[in-house]
Amino acid sequence: MENHIQHLFEMLSRVEGYIYPNEIELQWGILVVLYPYITGLVAGAFILASLERVFKVKVLRPTYQLALLTALAFLICAPLPLVSHLGHPERAYEIMITPHAKSAMAIFGFVYLWYLMVVLLLEIWFDYRRDFVVWSQEKKGFMRTVYRILSLGVSDTSERTVRWDERLGYIITVIGIPSAFLLHGYVGFIFGSIKANPWWSTVLMPVIFLFSAMVSGIALVMVLYMVISHLRKVKIDMACLDMVGRYLFYMLILDFALESLDQVHRIYEAEESFDILHVLVNGRLNYTLFGFQIGLGTLVPLIAIGILQVFKVKEQVRKAIYLVSGILVLIGIFFMRWNVVIGGQLFSKGFHGFTDFKLGLVGSEGLFMAIMWMALPFAILAFLLWLMPPWKKQEAI
Amino acid sequence: MAAAGTLLLTSAVKPFQMLLIASEQPPEEGPWWGIGIDITKCIGCGMCARGCKMENDVPDEPFYFRTWVEQYTILNNGEVLIESPNGSIDGFSQPVAEEEIFKTFFVPKLCNHCAKSPCTQVCPVGATFESPDGVALIDEKYCIGCAYCVQACPYGCRYIHPEKKVADKCTLCYHRLKQGIDPVCMEICPTKARIYGDLKDRDGELVKFLRDHDYQVLKPHLNTGSKLFYNALTAEIS
Amino acid sequence: MPPQLKRLIPLFVVFIGLFLIVRHLLIPDSFGQYGHYRGIALEEIASKEMNVANKAMCVDCHYEVQEIIENDVHADLSCIICHGAGLEHVDNPEAGNIQKIGTRELCGSCHELNPARPMDIIFQVDLSTHNPEFENCSDCHHPHQVWEGIQ
Repeated sequence: MENHIQHLFEMLSRVEGYIYPNEIELQWGILVVLYPYITGLVAGAFILASLERVFKVKVLRPTYQLALLTALAFLICAPLPLVSHLGHPERAYEIMITPHAKSAMAIFGFVYLWYLMVVLLLEIWFDYRRDFVVWSQEKKGFMRTVYRILSLGVSDTSERTVRWDERLGYIITVIGIPSAFLLHGYVGFIFGSIKANPWWSTVLMPVIFLFSAMVSGIALVMVLYMVISHLRKVKIDMACLDMVGRYLFYMLILDFALESLDQVHRIYEAEESFDILHVLVNGRLNYTLFGFQIGLGTLVPLIAIGILQVFKVKEQVRKAIYLVSGILVLIGIFFMRWNVVIGGQLFSKGFHGFTDFKLGLVGSEGLFMAIMWMALPFAILAFLLWLMPPWKKQEAI
Repeated sequence: MAAAGTLLLTSAVKPFQMLLIASEQPPEEGPWWGIGIDITKCIGCGMCARGCKMENDVPDEPFYFRTWVEQYTILNNGEVLIESPNGSIDGFSQPVAEEEIFKTFFVPKLCNHCAKSPCTQVCPVGATFESPDGVALIDEKYCIGCAYCVQACPYGCRYIHPEKKVADKCTLCYHRLKQGIDPVCMEICPTKARIYGDLKDRDGELVKFLRDHDYQVLKPHLNTGSKLFYNALTAEIS
Repeated sequence: MPPQLKRLIPLFVVFIGLFLIVRHLLIPDSFGQYGHYRGIALEEIASKEMNVANKAMCVDCHYEVQEIIENDVHADLSCIICHGAGLEHVDNPEAGNIQKIGTRELCGSCHELNPARPMDIIFQVDLSTHNPEFENCSDCHHPHQVWEGIQ
């Protein structure tokens, strides 16, 4: 606690203007920035997968399982930053046994469970069940048992049963689309419904969160597809990659339009909080908002991929543009979450001053912890790709 | 027919309303506590903040306050300066020369014990709530320390206790109230700028205060149902 | 019914059943008694220990001080402003375990000159220039009889 108090004294010396005495300490740090980022990636990756399954965009097929497994890997890790930032993580189960119906945050337990068990796990199971059965027959020993368990003992691979896999999987995906919207939309509502905080309180918040989620999810799958293909030394399906790039482009336009609308509306109405927010945006949030989120994270990828929609460009150059744009978008959306969460706590609710935030390196809310939570899903994804390789699946019937 | 229709509609809407928004009602029996603060009487002595910290095990460091006092200095050029050095416990100074001051006064702050409190609305587990007698309280054995309530309070009344790691805030000295003893900040205030009372008691001190003064609450546009009524709350106070 | 559902539906029923059982075991007894919270929390909060006394407790024993101070400008003040929390002394009334000081710092909390303090509400002096040869305010002003013996 000594370090903590020392840190607060340092922040005290950096206060500008007047803040309510309790506002010195930012309650939500990088871990709470990470949670919407991760669930956003989940929702976005899932929507990309459902584009193929439900909206029959066949050319996206090569990314279908990758998108699902990415969503699963990130979903498994999503609660970790959340639970680890609590004052009493050992009481986290309370959210499942006595969720407060009036609180948006209380939905977390059930939406998460629903999405994990009913949507993702089931969809992946229906898609892979036949492969689990086949692999359990091909492998020996321990792996044989593992695949048997994964198939849940439903070992019928007849055409009729496999068609049921298809049908049920389709239904789950259809249910999954609004579920994905709910999974990430409620996070936006958590912020959007706080009337005490004018940086957060806007009707558009759930929508903005959702669209930026889709942008980040699509970008992630795009980058992963390129990286994994490179690691496996296989040729990238350019028709697929071009289509993923196109969807990223459309989503980016929509996302940018929505966020611009939010800001234009705020600037035009210029109600009570406008003056302090104006100083916030041009001051403490200057680099992270204009530099990283808008400049690097939105405008550069928009222009780069936009060029590809108009001009014919060589395959090598296209690949480079997709890779760089994807990474820039991922960084940009991270900073969008940062600007919302951290930005909303930097100014006083009395609108008369600012506190400051310094990201520590070590400690439970430090940068190293955040990097660990972000690295873990990739490790899990690598494991899932080894356990259930999409490229070793049986041919579709 | 129309009356029946309206009755049906309002009875359908009411449970929906109760689900979404917090809206506590005064109890049938027993008091419904509220607070009155007279800004014209506050002398900024800081005794309230000091006494509160003594009574309620609030950490001594200048980052955790259940109550504090702000000094407002409005300059002739319209600029508003506000300060609260250690919540008023360290006393106040006035560096600005008197000729440049248009107006200056003190404003005590504490939990508003809102009837439609946004802080109790957002708690995900039910660890903060309004008692049947209208006091917003925290169950520190149940709180998970997520700090959502701290974000939701428009008045900056809440903090996360650095040792207990749960949310904490003014309880209107509930443990004293229940024994018929005044909250410490009310007891200790030398000018009786801070009073409290039963909003249901039309002959009581608080209702008399409301009758005799032009009262207002902080941030009325947020519809928090604040039960902290100020006399002489002026435009620059937020 | 396809074999998948024959396997999945019972699995889900078992899972949900287990969840409901665990929930029933974990929910605190008094939860929901008055609202969405542990009803027993009201008692827990109400039974918290006090640390600060109040004037009534002081006057119970020190009624003679009350009689003196009744006619003084400080009549309406609560004893704890100057004498501190005092509960230790109430529980264990010895001489010496309660604060009795009249320093410029303590008296200055109220009486230091500050333009935000209305003169008609509180008498103020600029403590840096007011009789600096005396260290404490109480050297001249008895806190219970402030103007006694003062020109």
